[in-house]
Amino acid sequence: MASTIEEKPRLTLKERAAKLGETLQGSQAWNSIFRPGSIFRKGYTDSPRNRSYVIMNSVLYHLHPVKVKRHAVKVSYTLCLGGLSFFLFILLTVTGIFLMFFYRPTAANAWQDIQSLQTSVTFGLMVRNMHRWGAHLMVLSVFLHMARVFYHGAYKAPREFNWVVGVILLTLTLLLSFTGYLLPWDQLALWAVAVGTNMMGYSPVIGSQVRFVLLGGVEIGAETLLRWYVLHVLLFPFVTVIFLAIHFWRVRKDGGISGPL
Amino acid sequence: MTEIPEHLLKRAQAAREKAAAEAGASSDGEASGDSRIPAHLLERSKAAKAGGSVAVAEKPSGAVVAAPAEGNVPMAAGPGGHTQRLLTVVKSGSIQDVKSEPVDKVHTWPHLLAVEFVAALACTAFLFVFSWVVNAPLLQAANFNQTPNPSKAPWYFLGLQELLTMFHPMIAGVTLPTVGLVALMFAPYLDKTASNHPEDRKFMTSMFTIFLMFWAVLVIIGSFFRGPGFNFTFPWRDGIFFEL
Repeated sequence: MASTIEEKPRLTLKERAAKLGETLQGSQAWNSIFRPGSIFRKGYTDSPRNRSYVIMNSVLYHLHPVKVKRHAVKVSYTLCLGGLSFFLFILLTVTGIFLMFFYRPTAANAWQDIQSLQTSVTFGLMVRNMHRWGAHLMVLSVFLHMARVFYHGAYKAPREFNWVVGVILLTLTLLLSFTGYLLPWDQLALWAVAVGTNMMGYSPVIGSQVRFVLLGGVEIGAETLLRWYVLHVLLFPFVTVIFLAIHFWRVRKDGGISGPL
Repeated sequence: MTEIPEHLLKRAQAAREKAAAEAGASSDGEASGDSRIPAHLLERSKAAKAGGSVAVAEKPSGAVVAAPAEGNVPMAAGPGGHTQRLLTVVKSGSIQDVKSEPVDKVHTWPHLLAVEFVAALACTAFLFVFSWVVNAPLLQAANFNQTPNPSKAPWYFLGLQELLTMFHPMIAGVTLPTVGLVALMFAPYLDKTASNHPEDRKFMTSMFTIFLMFWAVLVIIGSFFRGPGFNFTFPWRDGIFFEL
């Protein structure tokens, strides 16, 4: 009878999964992805050493030291404003990429595309709302972040330059928000931007030239839409990411929530 | 086979000779004891070994070194037969400059990362719920021939637009914001007080508060107290002319 023949005992599903896991973790691919000392190589049991390894052997080491001051991690102390600004930037990138699939930056299509995004794309209205409110929230959180840093005197030596980078990032945040404001191409967008760009024309010496370049003409028009679209989805995010990298690097070098290092 | 240049051979020869000479010297030294130990110490230890009659002349201040010379008992002798002396005990504070005080720290993982994760989650949840409830505005398609009244800039520029009602556009739209940004950038270089305590930086704190309040008041007026023609209105009387 088949049941009496004792061959190799059949592996249970759990055992097979464990075996597969071992093979996978021993593979070259796995070891090439996770650096020596990574908890994904050697497993994680809670110990002070492993807690250090989580940071030290991952990309997080770019953003955080292994240890931070105890008082600094209390939510009532950190308020998370800088981190939330960055998180909102990521959230806006993700929702923005989604919106790009459904949007053409031409005067003939832009408004219609937003309209059909809201009515006939699954989650279209939701994602657009999140992008819009997220943008306003980011302006607010960057602003509050700045106020908090100032009131704590956290911009003092050796962190003066990082404050300057922060002011540049505030400006970039406003520019990102402002360029995005035009893209729905509705009455609100058009005339808000018209008011804003009229002011630019009054810059001394180069005012009218700057205005001409930014508008793609003497008056706001179809050319402006394309230009601001490119500024909004490529140029300003690109510049912002570079300054964010500098900002975070200086936080690691000069000190962030833990005070000067 | 390559030929080794003569000067290299000479140099090698010289090096070999020098090494041999040194080896001879050190073996000589070995015979008479380790050359690194000063001669008078060696003599003293020999004397101690021989009879112990010559007690160590300069006794280290008694308390630290046990077993003082007592009859024939030799002084504390190390493994090589060398006499050990404790010269002095110095408290660490007097010669070491301890710069950093120990700080009460916690591991970033899990303490900080957990906080950050929860904050990100809360932020997403808030944005999600808010977007569920409130729709982003989408007015009529852009029309160049129909200027809405009032037409307002985005809220963060309404302070500037408010300034436009008071000053020439070059002052309100260009000069003031530029001065504001530059002043903001230079703040850390102008603020010379070393202390971070609020009571020590009343000047900077009040300057910044004035700066913030200035813009906040202008933005609020521009947002809620300006109606058609950008004329002053009361929101409770004429309604709100404001879109986000």
